[in-house]
Amino acid sequence: MSDANERYDAIVIGGGHNGLVNGAYLAKAGLRTLILERRHLVGGAAITEELRPGFKFTTFSYALSLLRPQIVHELDLVRHGFLPLLMPATFCPMDNGDSLVMGTDTGENLNEIARHSRRDTDAYLQYSHDIEMVVRAIKPLIDSVPPNLYDTSPEGLAELAGLAKHLRTIDGPVLHNLVRLLTGSAADFLDDYFESDILKGWLSSSGIIGTKVGPMSQGSGLVLLFHNMGEHDGHYGSWAFHKGGNGGFTQVLARAAQSFGAEIKLEAEVDRVITVNGRATGVALRDGTELAAEVVISAADPRRTFTEFVEPAELPADLLDGLRRYRYQGTSSKVNFALSGLPQYPSLPGRGDMFRGFTNIAPTMAYTERAFDEAKYGWYSTRPYIDGCIQSTVDPDMAPPGQHVMSCFIQYTPYHLREGDWNAERENMADNVQAVLESYFPGFGDLVLQREVVTPLDIEQVAGLPEGNIFHGEFLAPQMYFFRPAPGWNQYRTPIHGYYQCGSGTHPGGCVSGGPGRLAAGQILKDLDHER
Amino acid sequence: MLLRTPFHDRVAAANQTSLWSHWAGHLVVERYQMSEKWEYTAIRNAVGVFDSSPLYKYRITGPDAERYLATVLSRDIRTCRPGQAHYTIWCDDRGFVNEDGVVYRLSDDDFLLTAAQPNLAHLSQLINGRRVDITDVSPEFGILAVQGPRSRAVLAELTADVDRLGYFDHITTRLGDLDADVTLARTGFTGDLGYEILVPTDDPAAATRVWDLLFEAGRDHGIVPFGQTALLMARIEAGLLLIDVDFEPSRLAENDEHRSTPDELGLGWMLRDLDGDPDNDGNARKFIGREAILRERRDGTSRWVMRGLLVDPIDHEDKYHRAGMIPPRDHLPVHDDMMVYDNTGERVGYATSFLYSPVLQRHIALARIRPDHADPGTGVNLEFTINHRYVQVRADVARNPLFNPPRKSAPTGPAPTGVPQ
Repeated sequence: MSDANERYDAIVIGGGHNGLVNGAYLAKAGLRTLILERRHLVGGAAITEELRPGFKFTTFSYALSLLRPQIVHELDLVRHGFLPLLMPATFCPMDNGDSLVMGTDTGENLNEIARHSRRDTDAYLQYSHDIEMVVRAIKPLIDSVPPNLYDTSPEGLAELAGLAKHLRTIDGPVLHNLVRLLTGSAADFLDDYFESDILKGWLSSSGIIGTKVGPMSQGSGLVLLFHNMGEHDGHYGSWAFHKGGNGGFTQVLARAAQSFGAEIKLEAEVDRVITVNGRATGVALRDGTELAAEVVISAADPRRTFTEFVEPAELPADLLDGLRRYRYQGTSSKVNFALSGLPQYPSLPGRGDMFRGFTNIAPTMAYTERAFDEAKYGWYSTRPYIDGCIQSTVDPDMAPPGQHVMSCFIQYTPYHLREGDWNAERENMADNVQAVLESYFPGFGDLVLQREVVTPLDIEQVAGLPEGNIFHGEFLAPQMYFFRPAPGWNQYRTPIHGYYQCGSGTHPGGCVSGGPGRLAAGQILKDLDHER
Repeated sequence: MLLRTPFHDRVAAANQTSLWSHWAGHLVVERYQMSEKWEYTAIRNAVGVFDSSPLYKYRITGPDAERYLATVLSRDIRTCRPGQAHYTIWCDDRGFVNEDGVVYRLSDDDFLLTAAQPNLAHLSQLINGRRVDITDVSPEFGILAVQGPRSRAVLAELTADVDRLGYFDHITTRLGDLDADVTLARTGFTGDLGYEILVPTDDPAAATRVWDLLFEAGRDHGIVPFGQTALLMARIEAGLLLIDVDFEPSRLAENDEHRSTPDELGLGWMLRDLDGDPDNDGNARKFIGREAILRERRDGTSRWVMRGLLVDPIDHEDKYHRAGMIPPRDHLPVHDDMMVYDNTGERVGYATSFLYSPVLQRHIALARIRPDHADPGTGVNLEFTINHRYVQVRADVARNPLFNPPRKSAPTGPAPTGVPQ
């Protein structure tokens, strides 16, 4: 070790949102905490970059999705500039030129749905209520450390009994809906409620985001449920933009962490975690610096956490086995645009208000399923699913007056292509995206001032997410809750004493939730308390 | 007959909801579009426009106008130079507040006072032979409030004078191609960076033109018109009191429980240096209510302190979950009494305005708190109705305003962005 002054209570590897949340909680508890970030800015995959003067691009992650509301209060984020901005509209263009535009007024929304199906109006109320009841039932599970099925100690059994007790409090029909969602497809679930293609096309897109499933795949129900766990200003299932994009949000987190005394070191790439006799004692940086700490926490994905930062030889075989089975298979890309003006939708001439939220290009479930078909066989969609948002219509500081930034989340673009590679296909893929946009918004291409293409390979190489999976690993039942990232290692600890994990590869998983960082901090502080 | 404001044609065209309410005898908009929260967000993040024309407006002129106002208004008008404005109150002899308003000093002996309720008879009775003329000029001006972090940038496209205005300054200027003088003031009721434009109504086309100029200049800044609901959301965060909600005019109140002194309303800052002898000390004024307020301060008889309450979000959520309910975070303002208790269950105050504040991410209230519980940070309990039962939720006493961005009162300079400091 180099210097006694360089001794920390806790070193967090990775300055993404979970690393920042984790470091902030540890610092708040009084630990001398250092957060190490490989890049020149914090935020990980939640950054905002001014790629063109005045145009702020949300390169990767683009909306505040599942942020746990406790974090806002426990870390006093409002004081540091936390400002979520309401999305007052959702816009779903259709192939026949019509559209579904959902706003904030229930009555008006039902009128809009009735244009497509009268039957679907009260079905929509029922669906929203049923989803909300499920979300409420599992919210406590999202916000607590899951039991460890491999732990047969009295404490472990008590945790399991606690879970069973909670499940007993849930009404039967709610529990049934929960199981339908956890095991079934989004398409089956939605077909039980609705007849309108556009409504189902829109709602089912929550079931595929970031995941290599189609709306008709078993497992898409779980993804649908997960994306409805978002909660802003008390509205379940609601998402928001953060002021200044998601990079604006991670800057807030960094200020909060620093206000509690955490240090943040940029351009500090970790080479390995130093271990002595099965115990983590610090980290070694790529530049040779060694830093000592009582605990080391990896906010990176499970692959780097267990196979790059430490010697796999130090780990038990069952963990390595679990990690081998753990699927990343990223399938999403981003294509971001700087635009000289707002796109025009022919049947809504002169209107721009419908862009103040998500613009969802999934006119039917079949459209999305077809886009998925190509990905199953190792190619990207000819007509991809697009989740677009023109954040500058909500936050005027994102682009110069009268001009706009448009973030487009794209599926499907599998990491593993059956031939060629992403460096060769990057612009072809983006051309597909732009052609789809052109088909709905004639003249779109003329508005484009600049185009940024972010493939799964870019997500892996720049943000460091293996295979470009935006969640640090797929949202599939075999690798959630009890099993995230691996059975027996779902409680943020690792086989190496003093070495912890707090990234999206741990419960509750990906999205800008901060949940893993927060729950891991609680676990670490509990363990330290026991030791002292 | 209900009156229309000078901007009515434009207001009506912009009102997509067909929801109207009545304010001071005028038709006004509750919300222009489906989401009042979107309008509120414009105030905090971009720029919004509010038609506040229904305010009562009184022109007070004459050689004794300053002496008169120094007696009638509780805040010392002599410290308000031409080109400045004061937020002020006027009290009765017992030291109870009658009303509040903004007084603009147009010149040495020319003032414009705005108020939420009619006051002509009351103000006239107090002239007592002084050489003062008070005229109700309410219909002679329309007022548009332009509020939000981008308000300066929008107005800067119409007049360079906007950059000369410090907090509560005003100036006579011309906007764009409008062939009429308007008064531009850095005032408002949102607690954010903001301005108000007073447009003379002698040329009826002027008001419409000002509206059009604003919306043209603001189009690329996210400008939206906002209605009463968004205004009332913002004002609670800003700690700005609403008459007949947070206080009642003493002269119309039924009993002293419904009356308040300036100190009880948190407005004591207007009344510094009251101790001198007014007959010998030029700086001390004889104004209506002075003796009673001095006595209140000397004897410590203030009954309340006006505070903000920050509801504990974790406890709030927990109380609802225990009742098997999803905690509502409804941002619509509640203008009703909610009781405040200490930890022993004794009532130590009551809230008069309540809101879920999107910008503060928690429920807040404006409340009168007993002085012995009013220190900022004191823990109290606010009474909610949950599951048809009274339930107390923890809250912290805090100083108003609960939301107070530096841009609100920052000196002039480059137009700030919406990023909160």
